[in-house]
Amino acid sequence: MYAQMVDTGTPSAAAVDAQEARFQQRIDDGIRIEAQDWMPERYRRTLIRQISQHAHSEIVGQLPEGNWITRAPSLKRKAILLAKVQDEAGHGLYLYSAAETLGISRDQMVDDLHAGRAKYSSIFNYPTLTWADVGAIGWLVDGSAIMNQIPLCRCSYGPYARAMIRVCKEEAFHMRQGYDLMLALARGTPAQQAMAQDALNRWWWPSLMMFGPPDGDSVHSAQSQAWKIKLFTNDELRQKMVDQTVPQAEYLGLTVPDPDLKWNAERGHYDFGAIDWEEFYNVVKGNGPCNRERLETRRRAWDDGEWFREALVAHAGKAAARATAKAA
Amino acid sequence: MKNEWPLWEVFIRSQHGLAHRHVGSLHAPDATMAINNARDVYTRRNEGTSIWVVKSVDITASHPDDKAELFDPAQSKVYRHPTFFPMPDDVKGL
Amino acid sequence: MAGSARLEYLLRLGDNALILSQRLGEWCGKGPALEEDMALTNTALDLLGQARLWLSLAAEEAGDGADEDTLAYLRDDRAFRNLLLVEQPNGGYADTLVRQFLFDAWASLALRQLLGSSDAAIAAIAEKAIKEVSYHLRRSSDLVVRLGDGTARSRALLQAALDTLWPYHHELFTGDAVDAEMLARGIGFDPASLRDAWLSYVRDVLAEATLTVPSAGGWAPKGGKQGLHSEHLGKLLAEMQVLPRSHPGARW
Repeated sequence: MYAQMVDTGTPSAAAVDAQEARFQQRIDDGIRIEAQDWMPERYRRTLIRQISQHAHSEIVGQLPEGNWITRAPSLKRKAILLAKVQDEAGHGLYLYSAAETLGISRDQMVDDLHAGRAKYSSIFNYPTLTWADVGAIGWLVDGSAIMNQIPLCRCSYGPYARAMIRVCKEEAFHMRQGYDLMLALARGTPAQQAMAQDALNRWWWPSLMMFGPPDGDSVHSAQSQAWKIKLFTNDELRQKMVDQTVPQAEYLGLTVPDPDLKWNAERGHYDFGAIDWEEFYNVVKGNGPCNRERLETRRRAWDDGEWFREALVAHAGKAAARATAKAA
Repeated sequence: MKNEWPLWEVFIRSQHGLAHRHVGSLHAPDATMAINNARDVYTRRNEGTSIWVVKSVDITASHPDDKAELFDPAQSKVYRHPTFFPMPDDVKGL
Repeated sequence: MAGSARLEYLLRLGDNALILSQRLGEWCGKGPALEEDMALTNTALDLLGQARLWLSLAAEEAGDGADEDTLAYLRDDRAFRNLLLVEQPNGGYADTLVRQFLFDAWASLALRQLLGSSDAAIAAIAEKAIKEVSYHLRRSSDLVVRLGDGTARSRALLQAALDTLWPYHHELFTGDAVDAEMLARGIGFDPASLRDAWLSYVRDVLAEATLTVPSAGGWAPKGGKQGLHSEHLGKLLAEMQVLPRSHPGARW
């Protein structure tokens, strides 16, 4: 998902000591783990990686949609898009804060992102070529995100669960505005309809890839599931996404770009075609259409803002010193 | 990293009144900016009528290891709760 | 777009908010800190909301099927009535911030005048906008003080921005026939009457920020209010208007 390549390390049965057993018992009993509680180092590190990847995805995720703020075709759409992209910044902020409770600073996480040590969701390395892409992102990408995030509101780590509750409340608006935008295009001129279809063609497969590798290849999810920081498998969520989205596409009069897509009455689910995992791994490795550009934009924003952050700290220090001198 | 803005905890009193509630945290160079930032981050959807900010390092918290001795003793004081006392159905105003 | 003085007046108010909001929107996702990015976007959203109110009212005045979007998206740059100050490019964050500060200080005075407008619709929009702009001004003044006082580098960046943008403040206080008519009808105010209060406020903030007020006199560009803009506006509009222009009649 937004944290789709988290390596949890290999759990070794021998290493599970009494303390860790008690910890696991608490999780099994549905008791939340809080920042000050004892936790296995691997749990802490896995969470830091998962939450920070999620936060980075929100921050980098501002860029593809932000690309259209200045070109939104009506003032209403412009206001919605501004508010939406701003929400992504907020989500990043909530999530960084949750990760900070685990003993890592936000600046450290940002540095990891900029240095290429941390990952973010592969989906944001695709370009937004037309206005319809803004709709497709809200509908498909945020739709997929919600599917992953709602269960995380019940995850075992308290600060993460609480951040997700806040995120989910805001995310529902994102998905709806995306579908509403697509609906306007679908009911619009032939050129607008073509724009909508083209966006679905380009975003469909990357959206399915967002859930991460197939369960068979995702060797680390067992530990995360035991820790209740991953509540459904990648394939379960992906299936749910397909089942939910296909009728929505039909309502729009759009065709899902998958010749193998077919309702399977026996399973009660849609069957769908093979995903090009080579493309996925390639994007994750940094070779997607926009990886370089996205990271460079973030790095530049950070570097250009250094004087600003530094000066405000300097002023706060001076002001405090002046206040102390005055009081003395 | 030496110039990182300190972390603040944010408490908001909602439209519906009652107590300030912890809503999350943020970074700010000092208290005034923490209030401003809290307004811009945590009250965008009409959530607040009042904001408190506290530097995260200034919060003193109970220790998780003390949980049993701090909180378990209260469990046996059932008589503190009104439901402990069954009242006759035909007596009103209790 | 030859229209009534009231239409001209509403377009000026609406275009100021719209063009400045469009500029601030360019920053979204690229601000110097996460919290600052969100705060600036709030300002952009406030201004966009104000622009929509002013332009909707202008559209009513214009009639002929106009609405906020036809006014925003289908006018050429010569028909835009915003101040030159707000169309100036973002530059670095210091430039954006100083531009905002100079504008906020003016807008808060201007809106306060409009609260007493004899035109009830104008007074109502001013009443909503003044609360937002008061917060913008508080924030931009606060940041100017902090960054002026912060480091040698931040001080130099702010001073440079101030020196570059200062000439554009003259237009804020230059009236014309439209202003005179609005004043006579009790709808608007005399721009020149705001100058002293503006200068006094700005000087106080700059003094606290240890910044130097640029010297009086010199270059005083104007014409934005009458539709004579800098080259920057045409490019801004080309970007902003591209979709409605290339899909005539489409609804979004």
